[in-house]
Amino acid sequence: MVDRIADPWGERTPYSPGEPWPVRVDEHLGDPGPVDGWHRSASVLHSNGDAMDIAVRGGRIVGVRGRADDRVNHGRLGPKDLYGWQANNSDDRLRRPLVRDGDRLVETDWDTAMDRIVARSRELLDGPGGWGRFGFYTSGQLFLEEYYTLAVIGKAGIGTPHMDGNTRLCTATAGQALKASFGTDGQPGSYTDIDHCDAIALWGHNVAETQTVLWTRMLDRRRGAHPPAMLAVDPRDTPVAREADVHLAPRAGTNLALMNGQLREVIHRGAVDKDYVAAHTLGFEELCQKVEAYPFSRVAEICDVPVADLERAADLLCEAHRLLSTVLQGFYQSNQATAASCQVNNLHLLRGMLGRPGAGLYQMNGQPTAQNTRETGADGDLPGFRNWANQAHIEELARLWNVEPDMIPHWAPPTHAMQIFRYAEQGSIKLLWISATNPAVSLPDLARIRRILADPGLFVIAQDIFPTETTELADVVLPAATWGEKLGTFTNVDRTVHLSEPAVQPPGEARPDLDIFLDYARRMDFRDRDGKPLIGWSDPEGAFEAWKACSRGRPCDYSGLTYELLRSSGSGIQWPCTADSPQGTERLYVDGVFNTAPDMCETYGNDMLTGAAYTAEEYKAKQPDGRAFLIAVDYHPSPEVPDEEYPLLLTTGRTVYQFHTRTKTGRAAELDAAAPEVWVELHPDDATRHGIQDGDKVRVTSRRGSVSAPARLGGVRPGVVFVPFHYGYWDRPDAQPHRAANELTMTAWDPVSKQPLFKVAAVNVAREG
Amino acid sequence: MHLDEYLGTTHQAQTALAGAFRQVADAHGDEPDLAHLCEILAAQCDTHAARLKPFAPADADAPTHAFGGPRSGPLGLLRDLLDLYVLASACDMAWTIVGQAARGARNEDLLGVVTACESETAIQLKWLTTRIKQAAPQTLVVA
Repeated sequence: MVDRIADPWGERTPYSPGEPWPVRVDEHLGDPGPVDGWHRSASVLHSNGDAMDIAVRGGRIVGVRGRADDRVNHGRLGPKDLYGWQANNSDDRLRRPLVRDGDRLVETDWDTAMDRIVARSRELLDGPGGWGRFGFYTSGQLFLEEYYTLAVIGKAGIGTPHMDGNTRLCTATAGQALKASFGTDGQPGSYTDIDHCDAIALWGHNVAETQTVLWTRMLDRRRGAHPPAMLAVDPRDTPVAREADVHLAPRAGTNLALMNGQLREVIHRGAVDKDYVAAHTLGFEELCQKVEAYPFSRVAEICDVPVADLERAADLLCEAHRLLSTVLQGFYQSNQATAASCQVNNLHLLRGMLGRPGAGLYQMNGQPTAQNTRETGADGDLPGFRNWANQAHIEELARLWNVEPDMIPHWAPPTHAMQIFRYAEQGSIKLLWISATNPAVSLPDLARIRRILADPGLFVIAQDIFPTETTELADVVLPAATWGEKLGTFTNVDRTVHLSEPAVQPPGEARPDLDIFLDYARRMDFRDRDGKPLIGWSDPEGAFEAWKACSRGRPCDYSGLTYELLRSSGSGIQWPCTADSPQGTERLYVDGVFNTAPDMCETYGNDMLTGAAYTAEEYKAKQPDGRAFLIAVDYHPSPEVPDEEYPLLLTTGRTVYQFHTRTKTGRAAELDAAAPEVWVELHPDDATRHGIQDGDKVRVTSRRGSVSAPARLGGVRPGVVFVPFHYGYWDRPDAQPHRAANELTMTAWDPVSKQPLFKVAAVNVAREG
Repeated sequence: MHLDEYLGTTHQAQTALAGAFRQVADAHGDEPDLAHLCEILAAQCDTHAARLKPFAPADADAPTHAFGGPRSGPLGLLRDLLDLYVLASACDMAWTIVGQAARGARNEDLLGVVTACESETAIQLKWLTTRIKQAAPQTLVVA
């Protein structure tokens, strides 16, 4: 195997349209030699769901190998997976519970820690409105069984709407855009669409660094016969942008104007599939009227992109016969996130590019198990893509859980993460249970987040595998088991479900997150309306069976899956998987019938400018009846635009070698060495203006805070500054508070998806020293 | 013929609503979703007022409803949003009234203004309803 730090994507295995993607098995053992056994799993360091086996020797994880027969990766693994497993073996894993004793955390036993949580919970739950004093902030990195159990505890045990995941930061817009256009969440496309497409458009998606194996598949098509054309939209000069035939680098925050211009061109050039639009969509006339105001001459001004480049992009989009689009954070974390992402859906609807091989759409996820957070309702949705405003859906859940419908909060949408932190800031939420995430580095405006978490009036529980910037501020720290140490399932972007087996024992007294949630439910003695325990399961498979019942009949139907089937199948299996489709389902909406029927849909829709919710009556009056919505929206500038004091725009993002806040990847020697320290990317023209040379230490300052880091010239468009968001303070306490990119970002969110706007903070830069 | 005078009042009501949205944006800047959106909605009201101006005499009666805020804190926010709702409701019905009158007067220019603006006011109301429904339980039962 080539050095996968130097070459993150490995050797090319070119292939032609319609051929199977060749197998290439990637393997890395820390110490070569025989192993005791291999245990099936998949990746938890990105959302691609690359299947692998975990090698064990002497009770320790010693390596990984890609699974050749899996549909997702055909044996390949990315650098984070090849090396990241070493974090499991780190000496500084959390091994015992910790409780706060004044200004320090002291080790204790599980009973003491859980008793403290339960005592505080009971006290807060007492009296009217007790539910509103609880907030749960979970992850995109746990397993399906854990999320579903947490969702039932929150919604039917405590009865609070205040539950969300850090998926709010990465994938909320994907879910919301799918709901808005197609009626429910659920990825239309399949990864096999790469095998068949003749054009790939990547909208704000640096796939080469975020999902390396998916990029490898695209590159292999690009090196084979009849390669697909490629369009990249990104303000940065990424590997994707360099590979693409057309690269548009719009001014940050202007995606919607760009999309409106492209849709106008599709309409003007007659590239609309009129039969498809007539049969399967609503809103074409209004869309035509709206986008008419975005001729390329105007778009070029708003976005600062040459008209000729806009024309070339339109050529590519209009001439494709099998168009594949992917969308990620460049859209999801930017201005008018949901509205802009819906325009990619519109592009595929207008061109009739859905539901057949090669004509696909991936509204991507950022995190490995974000799909499950969304499905199970641990993220500010209801389980099974149910609609909080549909009383029949609430009654289904009430029957399933045997509780009164009124117990399930449904008077308003579930509370999103940023609002949960706002309630905590105001003091009405008094207990915040954080699992498997690190908000003290990953949320915007960190000075504010630290202040909220440190407030003595807020009881913070942090459940994690390592000491983090967040556990430092907690009142109780619970040591968790992680991937390779526990059993469960998770699902990737293209709906592929994988089983992950325990390969080794967790360290010390660390427990699987599922066991922690079950223990809490037992100690709190949550009961159903017949006085029986609310949570009727006690292990992962029991939780999975309960989830299957919950998902039955919904778009994300798991009812045909079993642990046994997932063990015996060579490959992961795509939902929906039912008695009628026991092998799973490759593509959704092959018949052009969408989940927009009023009794099926997950939302009655929102106004895209304000987020205002439409009522059931208004929704029904549209008579969607299985047709998709073409949603039309005007461009509005970002909440924060450059001015004299802060003349540049910050965009944050990732490097291929690190994941999230580096709790794992920063503890794998190869990955840490490949990208050990934060940096700042500047366009050479901006650097010259500020007297900055490559390698100079610079200070980036916003209205919220500042970051100090060496400058790298190039890699971004003029007027934009890039800072990777992975870096915090656990390995550099001396750098606080000037290392984390989120010192700079602003507390603002998309009105529909409520995803924070990480990519539009106004900043200035200056040379230091 | 009282239409001119009524249009003057309607014009003033839009200006007052714009001012009220701006006061809420300023007073509740700690609510991260409010400031930017209230500025956008205030700008919508400014546009409505500007489009009404050619039809509106300067000396009309003041609108019936006035903004009672801004207030502070979560309960103050809830009451401010309710005030905005009352003001926006009056503006919403005013579009209906002016639209009917414009039809009676066969005034297509005026009817064009109503058609262009009334849906934005309707969305403002809908957003206020959504935001109030979200805030009410936490403000009145929990805090």
